[in-house]
Amino acid sequence: MMQFMLLFSRQGKLRLQKWYVAHQDKAKKKITRELISTVLARKPKMCNFLEWRDLKIVYKRYASLYFCCAIEESDNELLTLEIIHRYVELLDKYFGSVCELDIIFNFEKAYFMLDELMIGGEIQETSKKHVLKAIQAQDLLQEDEHFSGSKKFFLDSSS
Amino acid sequence: MPAVRGEGMRGLAVFISDIRNCKSKEAEVKRINKELANIRSKFKGDKTLDGYQKKKYVCKLLFIFLLGHDIDFGHMEAVNLLSSNRYTEKQIGYLFISVLVNENSDMMRLVTENLKTDLSSRNPININLALHCIANIGSKAMAEALGGEIPKLLVSSETIDQVKQSSSLCLLRLYRTSPEAIPKGDWQNRVIHLLNDQHMGVVTAASSLIHDLALTSTDDYKLAVGLSVSRLSRIVTSSYTDLQDYTYYFVPAPWLAVKLLRLLQLFPPPDDPAVRGRLNECLETILNKAQEPPKSKKVQHSNSKNAVLFEAINLIIHHDSEPNLLVRACNQLGQFLQHRETNLRYLALESMCHLASSEFSREAVKKHLETVVNALKTERDVSVRQRAVDLLYAMCDKSNADEIVGEMLDYLETADYSIREEMVLKVAILSEKFAVDYTWYVDTILNLIRIAGDYVSEEVWYRVIQIVINREDVQGYAAKTVFEALQAPACHENMVKVGGYILGEFGNLIAGDPRSNPLVQFNLLHSKFHLCSASTRGLLLSTYIKFINLFPEIKPTIQEVLKNDNQLRNADAELQQRAVEYLKLSVISSADILATVLEEMPPFPERESSLLAKLKKKTGEAAGTNDEKEAGKEKKEKKAQPLPAAIEINNVGESSTDEVAAAPPSLSMDLLGLDTTPASQPTVTSLFETPAVPAVNNVGLFTNPPPAANGGLLDVFDPSPVASDTGALTPGAEENFKKFICKNNGVLFENDLLQIGVKGEYRTNLGRLGLFYGNKTSFQFSNFSSTVSCPAELQPLLKITAEPVGSVVEAGAQVQQMVQLECVQEFEEAPILHVKFSTSANQEEAERSGSGWGSGGTGTMQFINLKLPVMISNFFSGAAMTSDEFFTRWKQLSLPQQEAQNIFQATTSMDTEADKSKLVGFGLTLLTDVDPNPDNFVGAGIIHTQEAKIGCLLRLEPSKNAKMYRLTLRTSKQLVSKRLCELLSSQF
Repeated sequence: MMQFMLLFSRQGKLRLQKWYVAHQDKAKKKITRELISTVLARKPKMCNFLEWRDLKIVYKRYASLYFCCAIEESDNELLTLEIIHRYVELLDKYFGSVCELDIIFNFEKAYFMLDELMIGGEIQETSKKHVLKAIQAQDLLQEDEHFSGSKKFFLDSSS
Repeated sequence: MPAVRGEGMRGLAVFISDIRNCKSKEAEVKRINKELANIRSKFKGDKTLDGYQKKKYVCKLLFIFLLGHDIDFGHMEAVNLLSSNRYTEKQIGYLFISVLVNENSDMMRLVTENLKTDLSSRNPININLALHCIANIGSKAMAEALGGEIPKLLVSSETIDQVKQSSSLCLLRLYRTSPEAIPKGDWQNRVIHLLNDQHMGVVTAASSLIHDLALTSTDDYKLAVGLSVSRLSRIVTSSYTDLQDYTYYFVPAPWLAVKLLRLLQLFPPPDDPAVRGRLNECLETILNKAQEPPKSKKVQHSNSKNAVLFEAINLIIHHDSEPNLLVRACNQLGQFLQHRETNLRYLALESMCHLASSEFSREAVKKHLETVVNALKTERDVSVRQRAVDLLYAMCDKSNADEIVGEMLDYLETADYSIREEMVLKVAILSEKFAVDYTWYVDTILNLIRIAGDYVSEEVWYRVIQIVINREDVQGYAAKTVFEALQAPACHENMVKVGGYILGEFGNLIAGDPRSNPLVQFNLLHSKFHLCSASTRGLLLSTYIKFINLFPEIKPTIQEVLKNDNQLRNADAELQQRAVEYLKLSVISSADILATVLEEMPPFPERESSLLAKLKKKTGEAAGTNDEKEAGKEKKEKKAQPLPAAIEINNVGESSTDEVAAAPPSLSMDLLGLDTTPASQPTVTSLFETPAVPAVNNVGLFTNPPPAANGGLLDVFDPSPVASDTGALTPGAEENFKKFICKNNGVLFENDLLQIGVKGEYRTNLGRLGLFYGNKTSFQFSNFSSTVSCPAELQPLLKITAEPVGSVVEAGAQVQQMVQLECVQEFEEAPILHVKFSTSANQEEAERSGSGWGSGGTGTMQFINLKLPVMISNFFSGAAMTSDEFFTRWKQLSLPQQEAQNIFQATTSMDTEADKSKLVGFGLTLLTDVDPNPDNFVGAGIIHTQEAKIGCLLRLEPSKNAKMYRLTLRTSKQLVSKRLCELLSSQF
């Protein structure tokens, strides 16, 4: 299973963190620091996998963002690269050519989307269509609320 | 500011922009503090805060937390959001809880209530929200509170697909955290059938769950084999249009395919020939597809296709029964070795390591030797080179050892620092294992020291000495070679150590040659003396005394050196002591006594090479190695283990052999030893319990800690000027520690002054020790203190707090000290209890007690250092299981490193009842009717640490005729198996 996923920028700023195994905050910070500096130090042509503690790190860079996952010994490295890619595709489709700023400003959406793709460190739904449908259903609810909310406002002010 | 999707929170976006516009860290902190103050006042004061505002502020807090700042409020507001009837508010509430709320928080009860409500909601979108949150937190408490609900949801016919997916993975997460919290039941059977589900997403999620469920009870999930094979078959034969959105870059359902292949790796090859045939067809199809031209140039296409391929190869290796498939797999990987994608080269090297351990594909792997060597030399990425080293190690055998060791030595000169030590170990192991001619072995190790001396660990040079001592045919050559190597003007200190030791033992074999006559040898060694560290100098001093025995003609020269103030008055107590004792020994003892004391080392009893243990440990902690890979290696190593010829096992059945295995250098303690590990003490004593040296107390001569040396040789001189605590264990500490292996209460220490009693209570990973100090004398103890310390390695593994005790113990009184324990992770060593106090007893009394020694007078300070009887087995709880369960688990723990075994002489009367009570006292549940032989004992238990629960299985087979026992432990952790085996072996 995947133990955690980190998104960070080329400058080493953490943009998203998802932990599938419980750690103390202090330990999380230590791991994050260590991995950011390890991954940033690697050269472009190097392989996307490395051994780290008793885990395997799989990382890939998309534009200015690094996606970095820690998986267990028996997990499949290549497919983890594709989990990352699928997640990028989902973000891209949802935000329309996603950039780092989208993830900064809509971090909660990025989390919700990841939850649809993976649960507890395992892939839940690999179909892009299904995930997007689930997210759209959420947005739809949001708009309903917006609508009912403003209606209420209207009623309140008229009375 | 980019557009915000949906109904965004304007205030949040503005705040994020503000933060981003901050020019400095200080400005950012200031802005954040301002915001925190604002939110705090809103939460405190403004009672009319509506849901939207709460959501916005909670979201801001979340953002601040994710920036790396601590958040200590807002939790209650987030929990309030959970009961909102607006979806987005609920959603943000759950997100905050998942990310930020500590699982032990008081808030969790409230959260659980909300989760229960949402789980029973009619709206699937709320159910899913709750499931995500449960999975994200995944705590034990969560498993206990909700573990019963989720299975119902999962198998209910009313549940929609999406909820099925979420609930299988949510259940998986809870099952991983706390399997016992999930009730067993009919759902388990029904889950297997989800492999047949129409919806690919459901199958994907369910297959992960089934994998883990089957992990511990394969028998119950056998049905999954047939279903997985037919599902897999449908996937691999489908065209890429069949599966619609589950086709990923022209590869049909790669995630599901990989999951199914992994699930199948839990089982042996299918018994049913039809299923087996179908599976082999699948595997062949996957191998065939690898040869087809790619359907897309995109890396996603090749990645997902190869992901399936590698997983198929893993399954082929796991089955290890189809020579044809194994060889095809090997050829495929061979192609990848030269692929332009670094990732594929990396994975191919790794995967080939596993293939190398199969007899069917071994030869095929060896064909790629040249490519692998080339990879070692040319790869630009150190992690790939590391893989190449691993593969060379795995594919090495007698036929190519010469070449591989040569290449590795070559590479070592330029190798990355990060992998040097491991490479040194590997070279050392290979050259030993495959040595046809031991002169080659000696040359290789000396080369190793020459090239990478700094990375040659103690174990490596201990090992070469052990081998030279055990093999008569190589001793002369070794002496000659080290003598030559030492001629180099600058040689590594490790070379001096090996040289010093070997010449001390076998220098006589080359002394006939005038170019290496005794004096030349001595001068050569002594020329290095001043450049060496204290420990090496200590070793050389031992060599010198051996020289006095071997070459009486240079005795005066050596005595001069020993007499020199640099030795006799050296600031280092150990060196001083050695010089003084050796000098005295050379003066007062006759040639006979000298010859007996300094007799040639007896051969070492052969056990597992300490190098292998070290390598395993290293790879285990640093470079997470593949279990299977290691297992493969070890299989081979085991076969090659016993060193032929010239091995006399000199103390079979004594407990000291165990310690030799654990710490090989301790046998060489006699003259090498600067090692003060407690384990070495009994060894030394037993080695020298020959009648030869009645005149001198050898303990005083050969061990470091002065307190152990009451009387003995030291008495020849003045009483030592300082009475101090060296931290060494008080004699008897080791034996007393062993008394507690099968019980928790008893007397830990007793002499004429003091008795220390222990009472222990343990529950899961927590424990409490009561220590009782009884003053047996008729006078008061003052300055009493007792503290507990942990060796550095133990510190992170065991949390221990000892409450302080008063500084006075009245005559005849008893004081109590409580010690709290928490086992974080499995551990080996024991904490040390340091007790000190002064007595007003006269010197006579103190001396009689045996532990006190010193300059006399009143107020003698007493130091007692004991091993506190805390060991990993204290955190046992028994586990009952049926015969079937036991054997299934037993089989699952079949990797060599999961097992520890010891065969030993019985030291007790082999009474069945007594043995039983020992095993129960050790903490296991004894299982009857499991072992077909009624004389054998079988037991099971669980060791609780904070991080894990470690299942332990035991089998003890007494052989009354031979008066021997065979003890076998299997656990999922190598260290635990080994340690339990060690502990228990001393009890029978």
